[in-house]
Amino acid sequence: MRKRFGNVQALDGVSVRFEPGTFHALLGENGAGKSTLVKCLMGFHAADSGVIRIDGEARAIPDPRAAHALGLGMVYQHFTLVPSMTVAENLLLARADIAGLIDWRAERRGIDAFLARMPFSLDPDAPAVTLAAGEKQKLEILKQLYLGAQVLILDEPTSVLTPQESDEVLCHARRLADAGVLTVVLITHKFREVRAHAREVSVMRGGRNAGGGPVAALDADALVEMTFGERPVAGSTRRGDRTTGERYLELRGMSALNDRGAPAVRELSLQVAAGEIVGVAGVSGNGQRELVEVLAGQREPESGEITVAGRAYRRTRAEMRALGVFLLAEEPLASSCVRALSVADNLALRDFDAPPFARAGWLVDRAAIERRARDLIGRFSIRCAGPHARVDTLSGGNVQRAVLARELSGDERLLVAQNPCLGLDYGATREIRSRILEARNRGAAVLLLSEDLDELLELADRIVVMLDGRLVFATERAQAGASEIGRHMTGHHAASVTA
Amino acid sequence: MSPGELGWWGVAIAILGGAIRVSTPYLFVSLAETLTEKSGRVNLGLEGTLLMGAMSGYGVSYLSGSPWLGVAAAAGAGAAFGLLHAAVCNLPRVNDVAVGIALFIFGTGLAFFLGKPFVQPQAPRLPTFELGGFSSVPAIRAALDVSPLFFAGIAAALIMRWAFVNTRWGLIVRAVGDNAEAARAAGYPVNLTRTLATATGGLLAGIAGAFLSLSYPGTWAEGLSSGQGLMAVTLVIFARWRALNCIWVSLLFGGASALGPALQTVGVAGYYYLLGAAPYVLTLALLIASSSRRHRLVGAPGELSINR
Repeated sequence: MRKRFGNVQALDGVSVRFEPGTFHALLGENGAGKSTLVKCLMGFHAADSGVIRIDGEARAIPDPRAAHALGLGMVYQHFTLVPSMTVAENLLLARADIAGLIDWRAERRGIDAFLARMPFSLDPDAPAVTLAAGEKQKLEILKQLYLGAQVLILDEPTSVLTPQESDEVLCHARRLADAGVLTVVLITHKFREVRAHAREVSVMRGGRNAGGGPVAALDADALVEMTFGERPVAGSTRRGDRTTGERYLELRGMSALNDRGAPAVRELSLQVAAGEIVGVAGVSGNGQRELVEVLAGQREPESGEITVAGRAYRRTRAEMRALGVFLLAEEPLASSCVRALSVADNLALRDFDAPPFARAGWLVDRAAIERRARDLIGRFSIRCAGPHARVDTLSGGNVQRAVLARELSGDERLLVAQNPCLGLDYGATREIRSRILEARNRGAAVLLLSEDLDELLELADRIVVMLDGRLVFATERAQAGASEIGRHMTGHHAASVTA
Repeated sequence: MSPGELGWWGVAIAILGGAIRVSTPYLFVSLAETLTEKSGRVNLGLEGTLLMGAMSGYGVSYLSGSPWLGVAAAAGAGAAFGLLHAAVCNLPRVNDVAVGIALFIFGTGLAFFLGKPFVQPQAPRLPTFELGGFSSVPAIRAALDVSPLFFAGIAAALIMRWAFVNTRWGLIVRAVGDNAEAARAAGYPVNLTRTLATATGGLLAGIAGAFLSLSYPGTWAEGLSSGQGLMAVTLVIFARWRALNCIWVSLLFGGASALGPALQTVGVAGYYYLLGAAPYVLTLALLIASSSRRHRLVGAPGELSINR
């Protein structure tokens, strides 16, 4: 299969064979061509050359509908549910052949019977908007099965799930594959998922086949080499000795509401000293986003005090600059970028109005902004058409790199990071983690909120657990145990503590 | 019996009667806007549609002698305006709010231009149900003199509510309005759905216009619609995009509009024009009360550009 987009050869002669009833992983870095390959399969793109054979027969798949008719179903990275509709309505809507007049009694009987056959279930009357991310992902899978898919393609389904949720979802998928009901194709860049769940693996690199075979026959090093080639993986900063300085960030009794006006952060107190990383563990949706938004000045707290360097912190631009506050928020395109501005302008959002980028405080030096942008694009290997490309034309991983380039400038004294490596490939993850450690070693106070427990165990000096807007558990790095933290994340111990 | 003898009861009865009478166009335009917004677009041009409906309804009723033919003409004119809105919005990179404002001005101007010959003559009006026959009090008889279109509006609200849940078309409209990407992935035509929803919305707004010119106030004049088509947007927000709530909200706005004339019956005439502003004050108050710095509007379809 070959596919060219403009001057990028996304697929360069790839061949893959998926055996019926197997759990097959498609492994590769961001931009390796995995998504393009399956989009050709699903009829979103037409391949420039190549054939698709199903049960030995060559098939043309001009559009998604044709793919569905052939029993191909795909679960996308982003959810394709209608938020205001119930589980049952979402299932029904997926079907193309619903009658003009819906006989809800009969449909409900059908849906209930279908759900009873499945290895996992959901309340058919729950509106999709109330489901947790893991449940939404399950509904997406249920939807495909309800449509009668025989091949289920999962496109990085775990990038929005907690480790527990993703293990659960993938286990269910694997069970369906083992039972012979389904052929599962998992697109991923996470080695752990491949090793834990897949039976077969195909590795892609730069739009070509880079190896593959039964997972059991391949060791970890072989997979890493196939994925990255001979290229060395950047970044492995050693953790310096902990030289905890004075308390830099302090929150006292802070409360905040979410977008729907319900309490999201409740009476939260937290301290971060210079030179330490405080990790906040927790399942997403327990107030982490609102907490970061308050610190970023994007959300008004209801009550409580925030002090930075011993003084009340009102989250203004001037204070952020003076106190060295930097933020890596979740969903960087929405939270930290101006979509319609260029990469260069987005990189300059923090300091375009200060010397050396602005003369006399108002005359912006475009040349200087562009020079710096070229430098950062090179240093952080941001893949884009150049400094003038609109930031929303970049892929998710590269938007993330652009924001990182802006926020990890080297003079940060307080760094707030939320899921900084979410959706990034192995190499980029190593690099970013090492940069965060570097910041800590330089004496910055770091507040790291992450759904990835491995990340916290690797980076944090102290770990606290956030549940339902409160901190429910605190532990030192030395004593931290994943299973204990996991128990607190799911709320089996509920008592408020002060970190 | 003179109104004065009824005292404040007279005011209450007059407000009730006014609410029923004045609410009908509010009901139709709010249902029209609900349907359009459920499909993910805002039609700010309903004011123009309303006037086109009023003018064409009046004109056809006058020329043909049949007010019901007038209502049909108004519905047709409304649907045509809805189609126009949808067709322009279907073009890539077109903003529905801007198109709506353009159609508002265009519809108003066109209605005044084509309606000039109908300002003087009296067209046959729609009949009414005289539900107050049991009472000898003229105020009650007047209040319960109800247009069939009022009941048609209530029926439309009930049907819309039912259809959103129980028909394929209803589900598709909701899906397209709440998550167009999901609807597209499931193979549903987004633009076609929005086109049909906007056209049906226009049809309802056209009927609202026919009520204005053929029932109450029952004449064709410029300024007839007095902003009701624009207020539909507020009504829909207040009704939380639910068809049944449109009934209560319309009655509330109808009652507010009837405040001035009702107080006149007990001799409070000094504030007539001030009280005439009651629906607009109510609109402002509702907009302020239903918006919040802290949270988004509950129940708003996800694809609305004003909600993003």
